[in-house]
Amino acid sequence: MGVLTFKGGIHPYDGKDLSKDKPIKAVLPKGELVYPLSQHIGAPASPIVKKGDRVLVGQKIAEASGFVSAPIYATVSGTVKTIEPRRVVTGDAVNAIIVENDNLYEEVEYPKLKPYKEMTKEEIRELIKEAGIVGMGGAGFPTHVKLSPKEPEKIDHVIVNCAECEPYLTSDYRRMIEEPEKLVEGLKIALRLFDNAKGVLAVEDNKPDCIEKLRGCLAGESNIEVCSLKTKYPQGAERSLIYAVTNREVNSKMLPADVGCIVNNVDTVVAIYHAVVEGKPLMERIVTVTGDAIEDPRNFIVKVGTNYRELVDEAGGFKKKPVKIISGGPMMGFGIFDLDVPATKTSSALLCLTEDDVAKWEPTACIHCARCVDVCPARLVPAYLSDYAEHYDKEKFQKYDGMECCECGCCSFICPAKRSLAQSIKSMRKMILADRRKGV
Amino acid sequence: MNVSSSPHIRHKDTTGSMMMIVLLALLPATLFGIYNFGLRAALVIAVTVATCVGTEYIYERCMKLPITVKDYSAAVTGILLALNLPSTAPVWMCILGGIFAILVVKMLFGGVGQNVMNPALGARCFLLISFTARMTNFTYDGISGPTPLALLKEGGSLLDLNTFDMVVGRIPGTIGETSLIAIVIGAMILILFGIIDLRIPASYIISFVVFLILFGGHGLDGTFLTAHLAGGGLMLGAFFMATDYVTSPITPTGKILFGIFLGVMTVVFRIFGASAEGVSYAIILGNLLVPLIERVTLPKSFGKGGEKK
Repeated sequence: MGVLTFKGGIHPYDGKDLSKDKPIKAVLPKGELVYPLSQHIGAPASPIVKKGDRVLVGQKIAEASGFVSAPIYATVSGTVKTIEPRRVVTGDAVNAIIVENDNLYEEVEYPKLKPYKEMTKEEIRELIKEAGIVGMGGAGFPTHVKLSPKEPEKIDHVIVNCAECEPYLTSDYRRMIEEPEKLVEGLKIALRLFDNAKGVLAVEDNKPDCIEKLRGCLAGESNIEVCSLKTKYPQGAERSLIYAVTNREVNSKMLPADVGCIVNNVDTVVAIYHAVVEGKPLMERIVTVTGDAIEDPRNFIVKVGTNYRELVDEAGGFKKKPVKIISGGPMMGFGIFDLDVPATKTSSALLCLTEDDVAKWEPTACIHCARCVDVCPARLVPAYLSDYAEHYDKEKFQKYDGMECCECGCCSFICPAKRSLAQSIKSMRKMILADRRKGV
Repeated sequence: MNVSSSPHIRHKDTTGSMMMIVLLALLPATLFGIYNFGLRAALVIAVTVATCVGTEYIYERCMKLPITVKDYSAAVTGILLALNLPSTAPVWMCILGGIFAILVVKMLFGGVGQNVMNPALGARCFLLISFTARMTNFTYDGISGPTPLALLKEGGSLLDLNTFDMVVGRIPGTIGETSLIAIVIGAMILILFGIIDLRIPASYIISFVVFLILFGGHGLDGTFLTAHLAGGGLMLGAFFMATDYVTSPITPTGKILFGIFLGVMTVVFRIFGASAEGVSYAIILGNLLVPLIERVTLPKSFGKGGEKK
């Protein structure tokens, strides 16, 4: 069997050496903490505290307001200062609970839980739901929803996405090196929900040390295997990953569960471990603070709500003036214009670059070189789709399967004419999705 | 602080850098052409390149368009046109060809990326039809003589042809088409730098050989096949002209279909047509069919091909 992978994809400079060899460091926030009520896909959470309330670490401050929603917990002890719209990484202002940190870190008492092997499936799902766990790879889809497919007996693969194909990011890598046993336990918990499933830890082959560590943790485990995947972006995109592991194809109208797969990110699975074994809600995540503008690039354990500026300070500040700051990886992250935004459940990285590739070149005419076609993991013709998008030709756009785009950005990356293909395709997709919601 | 939509990084290749590599890849054939046909060939090359670049620059200045000559695509067109001309081509014809290539075939259709047919080939065909005698006046070593293909067309004997000379390129022909070796070195540069893949040239050459064996009338005769592979414009056409980005299909299977079409048409033009050469016409005809080929060869998007067992 050859190395598992998908068709298409790119090999960008990976920049992981900047931060990969330094141990994860915990950061204690100093100033106020900002908890946006919408850190996930679905209905925003509804606050259950009010101005002036004292909150403790681990106290629920906002409740899920529907099935596809997730609660939010305080990560410091202190006083609720106000509830008001605050800017988040996407540039939008989102209603947020602001807590003034009293630096005491008084914790609530976490419930003593029985061993997960004695729990029913419903008890496990409930714990995950209550812990406010969402997909921490970036999308933020509530995990309990993902773990409640219509026909759980048809699920045969529970895959942990350990690919970490985004350049510069090393948070999953550090987690696998430092706490592989938590990851494996988390996966075992998820597997208890699906009677016919086997567990797969899918790792890119540029991380042989992780593969070895994980295999070490799996001695005697027959139901979980470690898969080595070819190192290529976007190997960790859900559809590419499922295809690499199972050879099954998922399109935009399907869910992974339709082909018997459940895919979760590394940090998400560790959060499941914390919730079901330790009774702790989702309060922290690992954030890679990196880039050539950062003095001491490394990974931090960050409390949700911490200001990005504090993370930069923790990493020694800027050694050169950053030209571009990105929340997330360089391929799918958000460019931000202001560091004064909070880290949320889905903040995987803070990348500070001294050079902006996008501004460096002016877009020129498409020369039809077909590189975008060659790299597109969805097997589309991005050059034409972006053309239709720029002409607002919704009909043609959909006819040429524009809605199958997974927004990985390979086409923009590879384009020698420096056209922002992914950008126009993404905005067109947004418009069409909005139309569909309105029932047009 | 700069803000933009993701992705935030870009590959280092630009249109200009890729065209630079094409120029580099054309260097072996160009140098061999000058060595083979003397300084007269260098003059033809210089004039066509200058005309092509100059025409694009002046047109864009006059029409107040962004100047695109620094993407080197006009220079590539210039060299390709020169390599498709005989070394005896008069200067006025080089200038006329260069202007036709850039102005009529490229700029009037909207400039780089918009032209329907390969500019160099468009100009070559224009000159070939308008000035047939001058365009087929090949001189080698001071003696004018027919190309191997023309010789065969006129009923010449296969025994008059030397396989070794045809492979090395010591034969009459256009400036850049004679040396199989120089062209293959250039093709390897294109492939190594990822500028082209083998889909178009391989399907072109393979289908050409297959149809030639079937309909050429000489079966598997080695000299005959070599004459057709190395004695005309096939190699230059397959690696440098048919692979022109703008005028070849964007879809993976479309490229193969395109190559097969070119192979078949080249045999038809060469064997059944009136003229000895058929590569240019085949490619131009293929160029015109590209939108159609793309439409029938759109890749099946991921997940729409049905479940794999």
